[in-house]
Amino acid sequence: MSNQKNDPDGLLSALAQVVPASRILQKSVQLAPYESDALTAFRARPIGVVLAETQEEVIEIVRLCHQYNVPFVARGSGTSLSGGSLPIAEGIVIALNRLNRVIRLDPDERIAVVEPGVVNLDVSKMATPHNLYYAPDPSSQLICTIGGNVAFNSGGAHCLKYGMTANHVLGIKAVLPDGEVVQLGGDSLEGVGPDLSGFFVGSEGLFGIALEVTLRLLPKPERYCTVLAAYDSLKAAGDAVAQVVASSLLPGAMEIMDALAIKAAEASVDAGYPQDAAALLIVELEGERVQVEAEFDHLLKVIHASGATEVREAADDEERARIWKGRKGAFSAVGRLSPDYIVQDGVVPRGRLGEALETIERLSKNYGLRVANVFHAGDGNLHPLILYDGREAGALHKAEELAGEILQLCIELGGSITGEHGVGVEKRAYMPDMFEQIDLDVMGKIQRSIDPLSLANRGKMLPPEYIPEGEAPALMMHGAHPLEKAGIISRE
Amino acid sequence: MEQITAATVREIQEAVRTHSGLLPKAGGTKNTLSTSANGTQSTLLNLSELSSIIDYQPDEYTFTALAATKVIEVEAALAKNEQYLPFEPPLAQRGATLGGTVAAGLSGSARYRYGGVRDFLLGLRFVDGNGELITGGGKVVKNAAGFDLPKLMVGSLGRFGILTEVTFKVFPAPRTFITLLLRYDSLAAGVDAVRKLTVAPYDIEALDLLPLDDGAQVEIRLGGIDKVLPERADRILQHLAVDPAQVGLRLHGNNDANHWQSVRNFEWARDEYLVKVPTTPAKIAALNEKLVAYSGTPRYCVGGNLTWVAWPNEIAILHQLLSDAGLPGLVIIGDNLGTVTDPMIGVRTGQYFAQRIKAALDPNERFYGKVVD
Repeated sequence: MSNQKNDPDGLLSALAQVVPASRILQKSVQLAPYESDALTAFRARPIGVVLAETQEEVIEIVRLCHQYNVPFVARGSGTSLSGGSLPIAEGIVIALNRLNRVIRLDPDERIAVVEPGVVNLDVSKMATPHNLYYAPDPSSQLICTIGGNVAFNSGGAHCLKYGMTANHVLGIKAVLPDGEVVQLGGDSLEGVGPDLSGFFVGSEGLFGIALEVTLRLLPKPERYCTVLAAYDSLKAAGDAVAQVVASSLLPGAMEIMDALAIKAAEASVDAGYPQDAAALLIVELEGERVQVEAEFDHLLKVIHASGATEVREAADDEERARIWKGRKGAFSAVGRLSPDYIVQDGVVPRGRLGEALETIERLSKNYGLRVANVFHAGDGNLHPLILYDGREAGALHKAEELAGEILQLCIELGGSITGEHGVGVEKRAYMPDMFEQIDLDVMGKIQRSIDPLSLANRGKMLPPEYIPEGEAPALMMHGAHPLEKAGIISRE
Repeated sequence: MEQITAATVREIQEAVRTHSGLLPKAGGTKNTLSTSANGTQSTLLNLSELSSIIDYQPDEYTFTALAATKVIEVEAALAKNEQYLPFEPPLAQRGATLGGTVAAGLSGSARYRYGGVRDFLLGLRFVDGNGELITGGGKVVKNAAGFDLPKLMVGSLGRFGILTEVTFKVFPAPRTFITLLLRYDSLAAGVDAVRKLTVAPYDIEALDLLPLDDGAQVEIRLGGIDKVLPERADRILQHLAVDPAQVGLRLHGNNDANHWQSVRNFEWARDEYLVKVPTTPAKIAALNEKLVAYSGTPRYCVGGNLTWVAWPNEIAILHQLLSDAGLPGLVIIGDNLGTVTDPMIGVRTGQYFAQRIKAALDPNERFYGKVVD
């Protein structure tokens, strides 16, 4: 462990030797955009932001942070919904958007080796000419980066069948918080020894910074078959999901929207959804044409028998795109119904979705706050949007209390406090509810063994008592992320 | 080697607090992983009584079982609900357990379709080097809270902790399978065929390549709704420009099941050692040349990503050969590793990171084996 005293001025002088002054931001107007990520309720101003352009620079910056004992936060596009890239007031931000080279695209081996600043969707775009794609599809995929996906084990709508980011990362070259560079995993789908690259994924930046990530690509499905079904209650839609699951089908996606979300989506993107429905269910099968078409016949029988008030099949790509447009845009659409909202992403066992939704409805009434529900039903991943007006005194606090009750509910039902957004700063207070003290202690021990000075993304994931000298981030503002207001990103 | 038995979690904790050099064993099917090297101290910890399915929720696609539960027991329970562990753990019929499968990090040919043991393990419990019972991951199919301890334990060979309980995701099983066996007159031609399939949008369950004296055999397993399987098979043959009328091409029903069972239980491997080698399709040609020169017998599985090598010579020779090729290996079967002290052979990566984790989980080195060379 370094005995070096915390020396931010020393660090800034040393950084100037490594990176041109134009890429070290210190003026308040330059720092403002980095003060928060997509969890806008939290904000902190770092002492500086370094725009790194090469892996060597990142390694050197991390080594200097270690030498001068200054914490750092790595940041890509800042789309984290859990405050994963919230800066540390006494630390620096290492911005990685410019570290966006594609080092290797090997269609024969079905892999892409990319730097952390590469945008998620760009990997699929790059692979398209070879009829391949990168499966994890968080709704922010237009802008979120692979580095952030790796740090937070990002999900998307297709996780039941295809898994999350960790299931698509084969290897990682990373710089650890003490500046040591390690290679974890490799090019193969298989490995020998502990799955270290798998362990690095989802560590929320606490293990250092990924410099190169080897991604597994999949052949593009030959055929998608999509059906939209309307129900007169949320419970009926949830029951239909159970029936699909019981029928031995394995859909790529199963999504549910409630009445409030349907209305918002309709007003926003004119998706043509049935307006009188209490709930909509979208089920999509994908894969080899012959097989999928045969399965789809079976699926339609199940859906028709499930008490749906209306069933629509997407006859072509255009209709399919329209069904998804409403779903993908639902979050920003709901945002129009209210000046502010909080979104949670707790998970419950699929069989207890109905119970969870009923309780959320009751909590919504008790708190006098509207809650819209849009969620990944296939894997029990809820996304309740709690609407509130931040201009009203105490409204944010009330919304957070309601959010907290929903997280408790997920834990009580045997689920998780987060399916894909990560813990970040937002949910770290709930970690002791989900894990026993002894389990958290082990996580703390691993973190301290890898980063004795707690320099890497200090204050994220682990509850505050595990942070040696860090300060708790302050709650300073509310409102949607500017990109979210513009409809570029959404919170799902 | 001293032997003790632990039938409960409490007994495991007690063993960890009072012994060092602990080497867990359950089914014992991977004997090199439960044997200490010549001249080293160890205590064999027999866990085979730690066996039962605790909870199985077919509607949730999940089950939880004690670590030494046999894979075949689980598979029988799943089959009643037309579900399966899609990565088909190796050595099941020989008595492999869930915990051993996780600790060894082993998946079978079927991992081609949906992923391996790392992708289906959702949560677990283990006793760490302080004797504490730790819970990692969760019991639902999607979870991003906390460090992914389940992934860390995959392939960790008991060097970070002793598994007591595991939770897995399962999937609905295909109703019917068929297998296509295609002959090629050279290994290179076989590799080409595998490549053509890995980048094509066909949903293949398993894709193996078997070198033969006079060429190679490509083995393609398809699963799904029976009425469309023949058409799917024809499309694949068409894609590979193979005449669908060729005789002896297809395995159905029991023939299909027996074939893959034999692959999975390594009935084809008759040499002294059996070694797992992670590969990529591009590395097969060069590796094969070297293996054949030493009379090794490889089988290339999972579209060229997983190679099993039956090896008749000293393991030190294979260690050198893999190191030169930049590949890692894991010796899972063999009576005596000779001068080699660790079943992990060839190149090793990430040791600095692994050592930091080891220091946190097993500070007093209660568990046998090192995470660095």
